[in-house]
Amino acid sequence: MLTKRIIPCLDVKEGRVVKGVNFLNLKDAGDPVEVAEIYEREGADELVFLDITASHENRDIIIDVVYKTAEKVFMPLTVGGGIRRVEDIRALLKAGADKVSINTAAVKDSIFVKRVSEIFGSQCIVVSIDAKEVVGEDLSNKNGGEKRWEIYTHGGRRPTGIDAVEWAEKMEDYGAGEILLTSMDRDGKKEGYDVELTRRISESVGIPVIASGGAGNIEHLYDGLTKGKADAVLAASIFHYREYTIREVKEYLRNRGIIVRL
Amino acid sequence: MIVIVDYGMGNLRSVQKGFERVGYTAVITNDPNKVGDADAIVLPGVGAFRDCMRNLNKSGLIDPIKEFINKGKPFLGICLGLQLLFTESEEFGVHKGLDIIKGRVIRFPDASNTTTNIKIPHMGWNSVRIRNRVSIFEGIPDDSYFYFVHSYYVVPKDEDVIAMTTNYGVEFTSAIVKGNLFAVQFHPEKSQELGLKILRNFGEIHT
Repeated sequence: MLTKRIIPCLDVKEGRVVKGVNFLNLKDAGDPVEVAEIYEREGADELVFLDITASHENRDIIIDVVYKTAEKVFMPLTVGGGIRRVEDIRALLKAGADKVSINTAAVKDSIFVKRVSEIFGSQCIVVSIDAKEVVGEDLSNKNGGEKRWEIYTHGGRRPTGIDAVEWAEKMEDYGAGEILLTSMDRDGKKEGYDVELTRRISESVGIPVIASGGAGNIEHLYDGLTKGKADAVLAASIFHYREYTIREVKEYLRNRGIIVRL
Repeated sequence: MIVIVDYGMGNLRSVQKGFERVGYTAVITNDPNKVGDADAIVLPGVGAFRDCMRNLNKSGLIDPIKEFINKGKPFLGICLGLQLLFTESEEFGVHKGLDIIKGRVIRFPDASNTTTNIKIPHMGWNSVRIRNRVSIFEGIPDDSYFYFVHSYYVVPKDEDVIAMTTNYGVEFTSAIVKGNLFAVQFHPEKSQELGLKILRNFGEIHT
């Protein structure tokens, strides 16, 4: 049976892990390679690096981080943040990344997703979606009374007017191999994933969906996989601050009937 | 020397680093002479079947690879490197493969055709059932997890070549073996300890 995946996410800025990493037995809490090695030992199923380096000129730094990490850890590695060109993808894959996640560039030019999935294969093209619930709409007349979500770009700063479910379906048609779905309403709040949004997207597409944004405890991960029907869950702070180890999370999930790799 | 065949696709560095981690040097090359002179060959692969066959052909690598395998020397195919060994694939229309193993490469059944409601690509960690415990799978327990990412799978004509199977909506062939020819659908170079164990076992065969 295919297992549900548990994916820690590292925010990387100028070659260092940011958003506070609080590990014991770590020489240097900001070194992404060291953090990646610890997660591998604990049984993480994949890793995501999110490059939050402000300027496009500093792309060589994340490439170097990937290069060094790929020497030490032997699990799938996804890199997102600021990917705009075919060459960006080529350089990251060459350095040892397995997948790249694309957000703003996909919205600006959706054909870009089609092109790069044909060049590199769908399996390495993840489309990252930042979605926010549309509020203030009269739901009784629209969408059969269903909630709607709108997607945002530029790290969640710019609204697009595009419907999240329709966008996910379109990206699947254009060759995306996976969706990384972040709820902007929930991100950083530790109140749990937006399971309604996650379920809607997961049921609308035939490709895997990773739930992200809002995991604050172990129960939230369970809800994302069950109520949200996600294929994988991504979390940052609950792993960084050692609230739970990945192993503890997996044992808990297994005890509750979720198939995980232990 | 282990040679990793480079035909312009995908992430070969992880395979090379994997071998280094378990104590073997592997070189990445697209030089047909070097491929012919290798002690062992690894054919990794991501991307589309048709493009990969095209690139192998363009680099003049098809004959050296076939000769190498015919001599009975150690060969390891990974992911698309397994599929390329087959007669033909139905990915983006029907395309001829290396035809070293008789059979076809077909797509997972669509969610609409099954009751299992599976997602494609088959992406993530899945377990293997071992049918033929050959040297390369020594120390790999039944039901071990490996990392998969693919939308197509192989159907060999001769079932004797099946070394492992995996369940994903259907029970499909996840590894084959024929003499010193080994090929796996999953990515040992991305499957942590047990994956590296397979690379080590393969390294031991060639020395």
